[in-house]
Amino acid sequence: MKTFISLAFASIFLATAAATTATAEPVAIINATLHTGGGAGTVERGTLVMDGAKITAVGAGVPIPDGATIIDAGGAEVTPGFMNPYTHLGIVEIEQEGSTDDSDSGEMPYKASLDIAPGLNPASVTIPVTRVKGVTRAASVPDFSKSIFAGQAALLTLGDGEDFAVTPRAAMHVTVSEGAKRLIGAGRGAVMAMLRQAFDDTRYYARNRSDFDNNRARATALDRLDLEALIPVVDGRMLLLVDARRASDIRNIIALATEQKLKVALVNAEEAWMVAGELAAAKIPVIIDPSDNLPNRFEALNATLQNAARLHEAGVAVAFFAGGEQLANNPRNVRQLAGIAVANGLPKDAAYAALTTVPAAIWGIAERYGTLEPGKDADAVIWDGDPLEVTSAPTHVFILGRPISLETRQTKLRDRYRDLSGGGPGIGYR
Amino acid sequence: MQFKLTVSAALAAVVAMTEPGLAQFGGSAAGQRLANMPVDPYPSTYVPRSWPATAIVGATVHTGTGATIEHATVVMQGGKIVAVGPDVVVPEGTAIIDGTGKYVTPGIIDAHSHLGVGAEPTLASTSDVNEATDPNTAEVWAEHAIWPQDAAFVRSIAGGVTTQHILVGSANLFGGRTVVVKNVWSRTVQGMKFPGAKQGLKMACGENPKRVYGSNKRSPSTRMGNFAGYRAGWIKALEYQYEWDQFRAKQKKGDPDAKPPKIDLELETLSAALRGDILVQMHCYRADEMALVIDMAKEFGYRVTQFHHAVEAYKIRDLLARENICASVWADWWGFKMESFDGIEENAALLNAAGACPVIHSDSNVGIQRLNQEAAKAMAAGRRMGLNISDGDAIRWVTLNPAKSLDLDDRIGSLEPGKNADVVLWDGNPLSVYSRAEKVYIDGALTFDLNDPAMQYRSDFEVGQSDKEIVR
Repeated sequence: MKTFISLAFASIFLATAAATTATAEPVAIINATLHTGGGAGTVERGTLVMDGAKITAVGAGVPIPDGATIIDAGGAEVTPGFMNPYTHLGIVEIEQEGSTDDSDSGEMPYKASLDIAPGLNPASVTIPVTRVKGVTRAASVPDFSKSIFAGQAALLTLGDGEDFAVTPRAAMHVTVSEGAKRLIGAGRGAVMAMLRQAFDDTRYYARNRSDFDNNRARATALDRLDLEALIPVVDGRMLLLVDARRASDIRNIIALATEQKLKVALVNAEEAWMVAGELAAAKIPVIIDPSDNLPNRFEALNATLQNAARLHEAGVAVAFFAGGEQLANNPRNVRQLAGIAVANGLPKDAAYAALTTVPAAIWGIAERYGTLEPGKDADAVIWDGDPLEVTSAPTHVFILGRPISLETRQTKLRDRYRDLSGGGPGIGYR
Repeated sequence: MQFKLTVSAALAAVVAMTEPGLAQFGGSAAGQRLANMPVDPYPSTYVPRSWPATAIVGATVHTGTGATIEHATVVMQGGKIVAVGPDVVVPEGTAIIDGTGKYVTPGIIDAHSHLGVGAEPTLASTSDVNEATDPNTAEVWAEHAIWPQDAAFVRSIAGGVTTQHILVGSANLFGGRTVVVKNVWSRTVQGMKFPGAKQGLKMACGENPKRVYGSNKRSPSTRMGNFAGYRAGWIKALEYQYEWDQFRAKQKKGDPDAKPPKIDLELETLSAALRGDILVQMHCYRADEMALVIDMAKEFGYRVTQFHHAVEAYKIRDLLARENICASVWADWWGFKMESFDGIEENAALLNAAGACPVIHSDSNVGIQRLNQEAAKAMAAGRRMGLNISDGDAIRWVTLNPAKSLDLDDRIGSLEPGKNADVVLWDGNPLSVYSRAEKVYIDGALTFDLNDPAMQYRSDFEVGQSDKEIVR
């Protein structure tokens, strides 16, 4: 009997131990300048307590739980982990190597129905490279191939092992820019007609599924799988992420979103500042690359470094991403881009929000991520300087309460080639 | 005397583009024209704007040589730097700019730009980067495709860039001739050309040539094909030089049957590169390929001036230092193609520590606007791994080192008396994300002023169609 009990206890103990390795040990970061992003604002000489995957206490002089690992930040700045809400992280390893690119549906008929989640590679070397620079959350978005609909994006938590978490089908990506015209070989009128028809067909499909089962349904432009995928979009439950650049295209989308009660965010949006008041009134957020200031298309002639500042001033929620060729390999640079927005007039608090609370709200995870507040996911970064400064880097990164190794394939290459003395085959054994 | 010297210099510049300049083509007018084709047929017409002598007083000055001087004064007069230091007496009549709390650097030099040849807006009609019709197009010249009205020029001067090296693309093994320009508004490319700067020969390693031609079932389709193509090109150029040598020898002997070889634009470029009159600027990512290129240069007796996009330069930094070849790198671009997969942030810093010549380049119409920040990132990465990199070192990577990589370090790249007064006044530490170029001087003339829209030039393209309110 006694033996039995202790065995029972032993098995309970083992189960607990397993659970403890799965959740993180309590950690208290003390003596920190906490950019909470919440109601407490910036807390000097503050303490941040993380227990398990959650933040449990934040403030000056909050109690530290027994057994917590204490990290003295020495006054260093601490922010939530940042979020880049528009990337190819984990779905493209090397942009120019098709064999490593799982971002689109190619020649296949999948349009809105494409779900990129199965293509995500948690072992991608781009993920550690990104998170050691303080980016702990990302959205990975599909690329366009044959349709104005690219498919469905996934939300990522960039933790290690089981802390690499994927929320599939988190948004529908569509384009109405010059890119859309090129994809379908038609003008803007056709693009907007196609979009309206897709939504109209989706509503018809949702009401008449049995007609489709019995081959009695009217003809629709999209296949059934695509219509199925669009139901949450027309219901206003799924984020519709719209690539739009020209002011007039943005106006078209504002009208459509308002009329059909869609949940819309814009991406690229170089000319968004020209319709900032309308965007603010329609409560449509934008995801921009703050360095995008070139008239590189006829639809972006009014691109400016002041896009972020002007949108913010008008009351538009602004988030940042790193565009150009940086979608897969350099999403980490979103932080520098936030600094550039500040250099061009954006208040610093708004820049932090653009890296945290705004993308969290756009992607519907604001209740659990984006601020340093009790109850929130414990994504936190200790910086060796100003968090937006190009010369700064994290000294500690926590994702879901767990410390992240600052080693990456890049730091390992660096260390392998740190000492060339001899220069011979010895390097290969490091 | 002065006049005579000028005349003879001018004559020297217009002698035949073929090496000897002595070819006799008989009494034919066409022959005479062939014999007298100038070396620089589209010469620079750039004239510095006249501007009052100016002194920036009280700023922190990064001289570009690696040195930093606090509370220093920089005096510009007649287009030149006349004095730099903490105890400079400003000559009477000099305009004074208060630099207190601000920073001064030499004008930023981008060793790798495609502005004008790949112009805004990005359209097929404005893309003139690659003459991708043959792996050897040494005959084409970037300066024949630069559109001075590319709206990216004005944005790059807002980033403090005063000089840029504009290259043809990397589709070909021998891409063509590059050109150095000053970042000034001009109706013509001649009005931007840096007077007296050598042209470059753009060559490319690795993936691009073999992809472009291999996909069309042409050579090169492999790196083997790349090297076979380079070597065949150099051999043709040596044969060409040999034919001309033979001709000249016959001509010297008074041989009436001496017949000049055909002038070949492609081989003119390659011959000039072999002679060192044109600098070899080689796009090459991988360490192993750079090492092979260095041997090939020895095989044919030429010099590689600079490797561009040298993502793996850190792996052979000892070799690059020994061979005195500059390496143009990005701070943190990596992984967009297989040959860039081993990119690390410490590349420039490791090169610096090895005594090599790191250059931070852009290859981007966005990156060119913030080379100072890219240098800062690379510097910080080096410091984090324990290397001793000063602020002045980082500034040198975007000033004196790129000047050296264009063989212009006797004229630009540092703030030293006698050098061209290409000067940037920054509103804060240029190694900060928050700082911007406030005033940019080229040859002593104010060319961009952040706070004075009247001193910000605009491209013709933007007139009448982009919003005047835009601050770029």
